[in-house]
Amino acid sequence: MIDPGPLTIGVYLVAAVTFILALKFLASPRTARTGNLLGAGGMALVVGWTFATTEGMLDHLWIVAVGGVVGSVIGVIGARRVPMTAMPQMVAIFNGAGGGAAAVVAVSEFLTATGGMESSLLGDLVTFIFPPDLLPASFMIPTLLGAVIGSVSLTGSVVAFGKLQGFIAARPVTYPGSRIVAGLLLAALLALAVALTVVTNDRALFLGFVLLALVAGVLIVMPIGGADMPVVISLLNSYTGIAVAATGFVLGNYALLIAGTLVGASGAILTQLMCRAMNRSILNVLFGAFGTGGGATVAGAAGEQAVRTINAEDAATLMAYGKSVIIVPGYGMAVAQAQAPVRDLMDLLLARGVDVQFAIHPVAGRMPGHMNVLLAEANVPYERLKEMDEINDDFVKADVALVIGANDVTNPAARTDTTSPIYGMPILNVDHAQNVIVLKRSMAAGFAGIDNPLYADPKTAMLFGDAKDTVQAIVAGVKAA
Amino acid sequence: MTETLDPRALVDALFILVLAAFVGYEVVSKVPTMLHTPLMSGANAIHGVIVVGAMLVAAASDAPVAIGLALIGVTLGTINVVGGFVVTDRMLEMFRGRPDDKK
Repeated sequence: MIDPGPLTIGVYLVAAVTFILALKFLASPRTARTGNLLGAGGMALVVGWTFATTEGMLDHLWIVAVGGVVGSVIGVIGARRVPMTAMPQMVAIFNGAGGGAAAVVAVSEFLTATGGMESSLLGDLVTFIFPPDLLPASFMIPTLLGAVIGSVSLTGSVVAFGKLQGFIAARPVTYPGSRIVAGLLLAALLALAVALTVVTNDRALFLGFVLLALVAGVLIVMPIGGADMPVVISLLNSYTGIAVAATGFVLGNYALLIAGTLVGASGAILTQLMCRAMNRSILNVLFGAFGTGGGATVAGAAGEQAVRTINAEDAATLMAYGKSVIIVPGYGMAVAQAQAPVRDLMDLLLARGVDVQFAIHPVAGRMPGHMNVLLAEANVPYERLKEMDEINDDFVKADVALVIGANDVTNPAARTDTTSPIYGMPILNVDHAQNVIVLKRSMAAGFAGIDNPLYADPKTAMLFGDAKDTVQAIVAGVKAA
Repeated sequence: MTETLDPRALVDALFILVLAAFVGYEVVSKVPTMLHTPLMSGANAIHGVIVVGAMLVAAASDAPVAIGLALIGVTLGTINVVGGFVVTDRMLEMFRGRPDDKK
């Protein structure tokens, strides 16, 4: 390959700066949107420049045109059509595509370097420079890394997508000896990697390596419960970044190297931040098989709890004549698309002089920030949304805590029950409120698959049904009150 | 395409790798929870730069297998980069048009 000219280096530098600024701006609400556009601008620049200046690009125009058009159509339709509730799995699938692309690039480079897929000048050149006809480690290590991490990211993201979308059981899928199988797989990958670097550049072996990596991606994500998918997606996002950085090494391309490394590092810290919000370690998320653990609190006893129910009118009265109401939204609100009626309820209560606040748990919904986005969409003023630490002491003073489709984040077992799988996770102090009204579709356990003693609390009343319908009924009740 | 075989270039690349890792770590170490998802999504779009790698592979492809791989690579990379930026923008659209005086 020709040495990249100074102009190309300049373009890469500009792009690198836009990517760094994009990440920086994305970390603050005021500048986030600008940041994203800036990143897109930098990307357009580097893609356009590569297209215009790479030798041989015009001869292969149709590949780039077909791939570009098909990819753009899928990307735009996917991104535009997806309902807000399905955002997380959309990010997962886009991430998987990136991982797949990185793996494909690594595989292509390997095939080219091992003699080309027909005859390649480059392959010949490499074997000429390195007579023992073993590719140097400085080529093989990043190639293997790009292939293995990209593949894991691809299949892992597809499984994460399937779990969130409901194609695959959201519950942790484990079987006896699953850890042994995973261990053997890892050992095999490692052995193959070493063999491919120092013993032989055999193509069949390499393809076997890639296939094993694809299987590994599935096996890594299958045992993880749906509630932990945000963390997994964030981790796989970081993985894809690393895979892209590795292909940057292989191709000697600084744009890939810098952007991939940036995402690999920022994805890692973001994953860590998410874990911290749940008071879990990343190892616990990956290997904990959350929700299958033993203990009396595991679902199955659900439905046997004695619970008190309430009708919408009584719930409305309780709130309309209270002084302070704290609304706790969760994934149930997102699924039912209940955010607009929730906003109506807020408006009505505020008009009656009732103070209304929203308590947002860091992992409410299926992604951090999920609830903020939904409520913002329904025009709930930003200042009414309180983060957990900000509002947890206010529950004591609240007349009513209205829980809309949130479960695990309100589970008091996390505070007291050392056998509970979510023991230690910070929760919203919903049970400190004078009254608790829980809107829920049924007594089914939450995403973590565990019972919630909150429902058996004498202060708690359950209102079963689709969140949108029940909130609308409450709105009607408040109007009549 | 085997530029990294040059030891000097390899050292350069390692320098860039280490420095970029620190920048990536520093730049997002303080993020309000509500922005975790958009940030992840934005970062996801940025690693869509892999499409550049796929284009380079495409430009050098000759045999049918190579062309097939290049086509898959460019398609997947484009899905990543285009979908990533569009979906992030859609998420962030929700924060627009409201007084963002707080935080």
